[in-house]
Amino acid sequence: MSSSTENFIQGEVKERIDRWIAEYPEDQRQSACMPALRIVQECHDGYLTTDLMDQVAEYLGMAPIAVYEVATFYGNYNHQPVGKYQINWCNSISCYLRGGEELREKLEEKLGVKTGEVSADGKFSIKKVECLGACGGAPICKIGKDYHENLTEESLFKLLDELE
Amino acid sequence: MVYQNENCFRLNHLENSWDIETYVANGGYEVWKKVVSGELEPADIIEEVKESNIRGRGGAGFPTGLKWSFMNREAPGQKYIVCNSDEGEPGTFKDRDIHRYNPHALVEGMAIAGYVIGASQGYNYIRGEFWEPYQVFKNAINQAREAGFLGKDILGSGWDFDLHVHLGAGAYICGEETALIESIEGKKGQPRFKPPFPASYGLYGKPTTINNTETLASIPMILAKGGKWFNDLGVKNAGGTKLYSVSGHVNNPGNFEVRMGTPFKDLLELAGGIWKGRQLKAVIPGGASTAVLPAEKALEMNMDYDSIAKAGSFLGAGSVIIMDDQTDMVKAMKNLSHFYWDESCGQCTPCREGTGWLYRMLTRIVDGKGRPEDIAALKDVSGKIMGNVICGLGDAATIALTSAVEHFEHEFVHYIEHGCSIYDRT
Ligand SMILES: Cc1cc2nc3c(=O)[nH]c(=O)nc-3n(C[C@H](O)[C@H](O)[C@H](O)COP(=O)(O)O)c2cc1C
Ligand code: FES
Repeated sequence: MSSSTENFIQGEVKERIDRWIAEYPEDQRQSACMPALRIVQECHDGYLTTDLMDQVAEYLGMAPIAVYEVATFYGNYNHQPVGKYQINWCNSISCYLRGGEELREKLEEKLGVKTGEVSADGKFSIKKVECLGACGGAPICKIGKDYHENLTEESLFKLLDELE
Repeated sequence: MVYQNENCFRLNHLENSWDIETYVANGGYEVWKKVVSGELEPADIIEEVKESNIRGRGGAGFPTGLKWSFMNREAPGQKYIVCNSDEGEPGTFKDRDIHRYNPHALVEGMAIAGYVIGASQGYNYIRGEFWEPYQVFKNAINQAREAGFLGKDILGSGWDFDLHVHLGAGAYICGEETALIESIEGKKGQPRFKPPFPASYGLYGKPTTINNTETLASIPMILAKGGKWFNDLGVKNAGGTKLYSVSGHVNNPGNFEVRMGTPFKDLLELAGGIWKGRQLKAVIPGGASTAVLPAEKALEMNMDYDSIAKAGSFLGAGSVIIMDDQTDMVKAMKNLSHFYWDESCGQCTPCREGTGWLYRMLTRIVDGKGRPEDIAALKDVSGKIMGNVICGLGDAATIALTSAVEHFEHEFVHYIEHGCSIYDRT
């Protein structure tokens, strides 16, 4: 257990999780498991560890295994370090039909990383995801919380160059 | 003339259509006021919704009025209204725009539905990637609370109703209604055996009604203008308007709200026609889970349940995926099969194993290593998934593929015999 994540659920992290707990019936704290994992992940450079999942379990009164199940079932939780900017690349049909796959190959080339890897400077990682529900703007990707639609090589590279 | 934007998208042309001021200035929350004041009674609302002939917009097309009538409003105990905004079926992106452009119609629709079924609490399950739509919806909830349309003792009526959001985290299966319930309960999203149905054992074991975003957001207009008005916009067995998400090889992809029964040709024209001056090859009319139709069949059909069924497919969620005449059907199917393999929840063996099997076979074929028996094997594996699983995901994984093999078998054969696509020049 790394000391830096000891008592992770306190201060702002705790306040944010508590706001979600309040959205569910009093005897259903477990319902806040998904938001809690997301918040913890966001505050931990974008990925979870066993220690962090255990803390979520303890905080919500869940068995650790129940939290691991949730954390590994849903695609948006990461269990390995990711880039400062994680590029969620849509792999599904409408994006594919409009050149999404070729564009992802160009992206890999530009960043010098393969899908699933983190760039040497830690700035970028690419993650293949399924349909993001914005197929009218295909091809698309999501970086952080933002969607970027109608991507071309030019617009994508410009976007990346502008990220600090 | 093609009529557009008469229902969920009626405010889209206005700046700040998401704002409560705009919504109220255009008749918003008038129905809700009549409901809580007792002027419109639950039984009458159900009759009106039945008359509108609206069928669930989430894909299955179940009559909404009938679904609501399964709930016993007077039964004691907590009940829930749940909105399904998980929107993960490839090709579907309409609910995202309802949140962005008309969130108050959804708030009002959920409030009304909640009142009818006797639910004082509602949850909107929004896929986690939809951060911006979530923010807009959250703002709408806050505005409605401030205006006294949500909360305790609404407008002095004694009725309480409040709304919450649950955010998904990247799992298509949570669009299946019982997986969605499991997910709100803080578990992995694996569908439940049915029965019991959610109306008797739903969220937290309580009676629950689940409807799609578009279904619920249509309710205020149906009640404002009458079930007959809505029904008459559409055609037989398909009342009203429908949001069609058009994507793929068109010049102007996007969402189009048109009347049920609008000719496919007209919808294609609204979407700017086929891109690059090419011809239409095939259409998936209702999202990745529906059968592929060759151009000649698609060009003859109208956009309603019966006409699309007659053409050999399904209206589904109204997600129209267009493929031009340069589309490699085998590769397209490989892409779809990856989706289902990735998204299978793993609970039922035929789906968990079968989807992987289909994906690996299609990969092998595309890689030029297909075997003569592969086409029969694709059909065989598909047949062994179909109908042998708890939910619709497994079935869905086979439908587009089976139809593609049926209509475009020569492309699969060419890959197997020549190791390349019919479009590859050797
Ligand atoms: C695998 C699978 C995914 C589904 N995804 C969605 C979805 O994203 N949104 C939706 O509204 N319904 C989805 N459904 C259908 C729901 O189970 C349910 O029928 C629907 O939400 C009911 O609402 P409606 O009657 O208003 O259409 C899905 C079903 C299956 C089997
Ligand atoms: S296919 Fe890429 S967003 Fe739907």
